[in-house]
Amino acid sequence: MIGEWLDVGPVGQIAPGDARTLPVRGGEEIAIFHTLDNRFYALVNKCPHKQGPLSQGIVHGSVVTCPLHNWNISLKTGEALGDDKGCVPTIPLKVDAGRIYLLREAVVGRQVA
Amino acid sequence: MNAPMTFDTTGRDGKGAGGVRERLVVIGNGMAGCRAVEEILARDCSRYAITIFGAEPRVNYNRIMLSPVLAGEKQFDDIVINGADWYADNAITLVAGDPVMAIDRATRTVTTRAGRIEPYDRLLIATGSEPFIIPVPGKDLAGVVTFRDLDDVEKMLAAAGKGGSAVVIGGGLLGLEAAHGLSLRGMRVTVVHLMPTLMERQLDEAAGYLLKAELERRGQTIVTGGDTAEILGRDGAVAGVRLKDGREFPADIVVMAAGIRPATGLARTAGLDVERGIVVDDHMVTSDPAIMAVGECVQHRGICYGLVAPLWEMCRALAEAATDAPGGGYEGSVTSTKLKVSGIDLFSAGDFSGGDGVEDIVMRDAARGIYKRVVVRENRLIGAVLYGDTADGGWYFDLLKKGEDIAAIREALIFGQAFASGGALSHPNAAVAALSDDAEICGCNGVTKGRIVATIQAGAHALDAVRSQCKASASCGSCTGLVESLLALTLGSAVEAGPRTLCKCTSFTHGDVRRLILGKQLKAIPQVMQELHWSTPDGCATCRPALNYYLLCAWPGEYVDDQQSRFVNERLHANIQKDGTYSVVPRMWGGLTTPAELRAIADAAEKYGARTVKVTGGQRIDLFGIRKEDLPAIWGDLNAAGMVSGHAYGKALRTVKTCVGSEWCRFGTQDSTGLGVTIERMTWGSWMPHKFKIAVSGCPRNCAEATIKDFGVVCVDSGYELHVGGNGGIKVRATDLLCKVATEQEALDVCAAFIQLYREDAWYLERTAPWIERVGLDYVKSALFSDPDAVPSLAARFHYSQQFMQEDPWARRAAGEDAALHQHLAEVRPLALEVAR
Ligand code: SRM
Ligand SMILES: Cc1cc2nc3c(=O)[nH]c(=O)nc-3n(C[C@H](O)[C@H](O)[C@H](O)COP(=O)(O)OP(=O)(O)OC[C@H]3O[C@@H](n4cnc5c(N)ncnc54)[C@H](O)[C@@H]3O)c2cc1C
Ligand code: SF4
Ligand code: FES
Repeated sequence: MIGEWLDVGPVGQIAPGDARTLPVRGGEEIAIFHTLDNRFYALVNKCPHKQGPLSQGIVHGSVVTCPLHNWNISLKTGEALGDDKGCVPTIPLKVDAGRIYLLREAVVGRQVA
Repeated sequence: MNAPMTFDTTGRDGKGAGGVRERLVVIGNGMAGCRAVEEILARDCSRYAITIFGAEPRVNYNRIMLSPVLAGEKQFDDIVINGADWYADNAITLVAGDPVMAIDRATRTVTTRAGRIEPYDRLLIATGSEPFIIPVPGKDLAGVVTFRDLDDVEKMLAAAGKGGSAVVIGGGLLGLEAAHGLSLRGMRVTVVHLMPTLMERQLDEAAGYLLKAELERRGQTIVTGGDTAEILGRDGAVAGVRLKDGREFPADIVVMAAGIRPATGLARTAGLDVERGIVVDDHMVTSDPAIMAVGECVQHRGICYGLVAPLWEMCRALAEAATDAPGGGYEGSVTSTKLKVSGIDLFSAGDFSGGDGVEDIVMRDAARGIYKRVVVRENRLIGAVLYGDTADGGWYFDLLKKGEDIAAIREALIFGQAFASGGALSHPNAAVAALSDDAEICGCNGVTKGRIVATIQAGAHALDAVRSQCKASASCGSCTGLVESLLALTLGSAVEAGPRTLCKCTSFTHGDVRRLILGKQLKAIPQVMQELHWSTPDGCATCRPALNYYLLCAWPGEYVDDQQSRFVNERLHANIQKDGTYSVVPRMWGGLTTPAELRAIADAAEKYGARTVKVTGGQRIDLFGIRKEDLPAIWGDLNAAGMVSGHAYGKALRTVKTCVGSEWCRFGTQDSTGLGVTIERMTWGSWMPHKFKIAVSGCPRNCAEATIKDFGVVCVDSGYELHVGGNGGIKVRATDLLCKVATEQEALDVCAAFIQLYREDAWYLERTAPWIERVGLDYVKSALFSDPDAVPSLAARFHYSQQFMQEDPWARRAAGEDAALHQHLAEVRPLALEVAR
């Protein structure tokens, strides 16, 4: 992935199985997840069903269960799993030397120019 | 310290140095540097006059074997790769113990610490990595050591010779191998690891848990989630380690194994392209065509490696380029990890993060302490984690690297190579069919295949029936898969689905799981999953909360609640609303309030912008539209006015509704309000299988609606009628009369006992109404009343567990606990960022 990376801090800020949020002024709030097998993912913090805050769901494997109506959303692709249909945008993320980076243009590029 | 030692042997070769040969200078006498030289010599032994500089005062040895040297399993001589004769035979000049301090690209020379200047035509940088020293106070005290070379090992051995305690900072591969060695050498060892699971980059939660349990069994103290604040000293030497949470551990030696960093200093100063590592192309050439780099100090296609396997491949590509031999270049490596701790078999490779289109195949054998997980995507193996039995690690790794199609062996893949390659036996059922009748299937209960088949033929057509009739797979459950195969083989499609299992991750029912948690003394979620052969690595949104509750109920005061296994409402102690804000409901004991409380609620509503203030159906007040960032503050304000959480969000005691009762009402027979308050004070804070509601009405007119509550009291002239198992809701169920008692105290005792019975017996998410429908009122009555000791002992267990539960969760959050749950990570303000750039 080519582009500029936005440093959002050390991995230790998010406990495994948890998620934290990153509001974007004038854009969509982003949720960053830390799975129990120590992977990190970022999604727009809005369930494709009825905009539930995915950051507040239970994380298992690389899936989060939405807190509002239990849809299962893939953290890797943002797609709803099983019989549910819908998709939430993912934000390219990388971990380097213990810090989390998000692809800058995916974070801020979402805004109206 | 160490005098430079030089084996100057260039003259011994017929051609001599210089002139004919190009001069190759190697910086780093380690694993990659020397291997690169070997590879070059193998292709063309007369092209270069070679000089190798090594910072360490010794010949080339196998660094990874330092762990067995520390553990006493090997001597230094055993781990030498190339002794002095190798340098001599190949006319290599070794300058050991005199590190290179500078590279001058203009004059093409390197300069050493001792002042030796060496010209080169080609330079190879192979400086490896440097241990990362965490920047805490005390890091420079005597007795703080790293684990990288033989000198470090010698320091550790000297310390171990005096006994005492060691603290190892870092629970990765290196740290655990150091801990193991020091522990074998007789030290008391504590491992402090920042992350919640050991070796988190190589292992998933399940395997990390097993590893921790095994190391603890061996006497090491393993502290996960431990953040080092300071290394404590006494007289300039190490005395202990203090963590940020205040815990302290004594130490006579502290091993820093918190990570490594590519050693890029020389290259950076020389102006080469350096990011995390020295940037090289597919032939290991740096941004200067005369300079190559190899090993842990390089960054190839964005990746820095920390293991030896990639070095071999890098060295091959490098040698091809350096000798102008044909070759495709280096394309990056897939790595695998093994831990070199005797008696612990552990292997991991590839990607095991799960996800879509990705299938996890998990096999657990609790009796033998085995956990195996392979990850498959589109019929290719993409990852594997093995604990306890790593015999098939190499085979999986091979399948993974080659990207072979495994469709044909998919069913048997998890059983390993021997099984999967068995041709006709490639389906597990076929393997089971091939077993003889007297083969033992269930080790716990000694049940043979013949006996199970006979039981099935005699009418046990479901797993549960087999379990109850011949006990096969009824204990640890590790043979469940085999029994299921036998059912399928014996009955074909006539197998009956058993009672509902807890979720798709297990073949056990809620009842089985609860029984086994107690029977096998299981005390942590990963332990339950391992012992009961969960088929997923870390469960799902159904089983995690259930297990968390069962463990909390089984081991009060001992089990530490797992926040990651709780639904958001219970994690945030507030109810999530459809717009993502929260509602806040403070407790109003028995529906009573005071002007002061109402004033505090009104103030809080205004201060935090509650958009709706509503009296709930549970006789208290709900403030809607509170932002998650504001929750700790509003709770703090409510706490200050004497109010605590109403648990309106929990699978817990919700409300105790009351009516006015004898104090005011002309029909009241008893003090229903007072009793309601007393009951609420006794029961608040308890976690339950589902929400639990209580009401107390002062007379049979029943204004508090006690007969549609989980526990209802209807006061009468002669005492108290106790009703159970009612609810409003989707399917209204009126209560059953449980009993009648004469005194308030008896009413309280039966209430506590009934709640405890429900807590210990019901399935997670089963409210009292469906529970009683399932088990029958008679069961409940007999469990409570057939033995006169039952009520007191159940009540005592309830009160014991309440000791740990009756702490207001809001107060702790208001005081700052788990603040991260309520805060954003950061805020992105694009404009400000543009400026900052
Ligand atoms: C706030 C409140 C409505 C009100 O404004 O009065 C309410 C609100 C909700 N109720 Fe209720 N119930 C409220 C009293 C009741 C009552 C009346 C009572 O307790 O006397 C009932 C019928 C009695 C009963 O429980 O049997 C009731 C039966 C339910 C049910 C059906 C339960 C059942 O077993 O069938 C649900 C669904 C569930 O729990 O799964 C439910 C679920 C809910 C949830 C939690 C829905 C949800 O999952 O988000 C609502 C959350 C509101 C919130 O965010 O605060 N609520 N709910 C009442 C809060 C009481 C309190 O002070 O804690
Ligand atoms: C205790 C231990 C256990 C390990 N176990 C495993 C394992 O089980 N499996 C695995 O795959 N990997 C393991 N590793 C990692 C493995 O040893 C390294 O990947 C490998 O040694 C890297 O080789 P290298 O040549 O890049 O670096 P090194 O082997 O470290 O060689 C670099 C050499 O360069 C020298 N040097 C540095 N700067 C200069 C300078 N300016 N002038 C002169 N010389 C210099 C250093 O002194 C060192 O001798 C282990 C490492 C350690 C320390
Ligand atoms: S009745 Fe339905 S809509 Fe009303 S509070 Fe209860 S769950 Fe929500
Ligand atoms: S909003 Fe996520 S499931 Fe409905």
